[in-house]
Amino acid sequence: MNPGVFAALCVAGGVGAALRFVVDGLVRSRVKSVFPWGTAVINVSGSLLLGVLIGLTLSAVVAPQWALVLGTGMMGGYTTFSTASIETMRLVQEREYVMAFSNGFVVLIATVAAGFGGLWLGAAV
Amino acid sequence: MTTPRPDAGGAADDAASVHDLPIDSDIEVTDARPAARPRPVHLRWSYIGLVAFGGAVGTGVRETLSLLIPAAGAFPVGIFVINITGAFALGLVLETLLHLGADEGARRMLRLLIGTGFMGGYTTYSTFAVGVAQAFTGGHAWVGVLYGVLTVVVGAAASFAGIAVGAEIQRWRALPGRRNR
Repeated sequence: MNPGVFAALCVAGGVGAALRFVVDGLVRSRVKSVFPWGTAVINVSGSLLLGVLIGLTLSAVVAPQWALVLGTGMMGGYTTFSTASIETMRLVQEREYVMAFSNGFVVLIATVAAGFGGLWLGAAV
Repeated sequence: MTTPRPDAGGAADDAASVHDLPIDSDIEVTDARPAARPRPVHLRWSYIGLVAFGGAVGTGVRETLSLLIPAAGAFPVGIFVINITGAFALGLVLETLLHLGADEGARRMLRLLIGTGFMGGYTTYSTFAVGVAQAFTGGHAWVGVLYGVLTVVVGAAASFAGIAVGAEIQRWRALPGRRNR
């Protein structure tokens, strides 16, 4: 990968992480729930957007560098697996087993479905 | 059918603008305001900057590792290893910070820099989810199912292990013999 693209990808990852921090905070301050809605919303929306970007590259509408910077970089930094995993374990510790299962598997299915939808949308353009 | 709606907005706006004026003309408007609630952490630029910096470094490490670790057929080993190690490390970091004291000052800054920023940028859910979807579209449905379920289950176990190791380290540090260093 050329160094310029790599640098842009890192900066975009930082922007994505900052965006996640703000979106998660905003969702948390509005939705009072044991279920981590912030992370779920972030991961589903990020998977949809990454799907769209990759779909657009596959249909040659967008150059692969853009999928690297905006997809792998920004959406990669925006979405997070570590926090989602920790939140699942926290729900297990609080004996909220149905919520823990949902945070693990329902969110997985929702993100994969969003990824599919994104790929389809991007390729259909 | 349209009923005329009483327009309360104008009156309320007038009242608000009156209240914004200082009672004593010598006081600045900002001084006259009651002590405002502190701005939420997620809306403070210094904290957003910490998360962005950590996120940029984490994203760079993720991309480097994912280029170095080869895929096993249709199974993206790189992203799998990244997400599992990140889930373990975040558990370890959060548990350690929890034992060191309340989430404020330097500890909060470390949590945002390393936890929310670096580990958040290092691990990724979008590449994982789209990877599962692409395993399906590529005709490797079972690899997709395995990749998805294995990541979620091993990831949760890794988080648990990270928290447990963090707690164990702190327990060991707190042993009486270790106190006077």
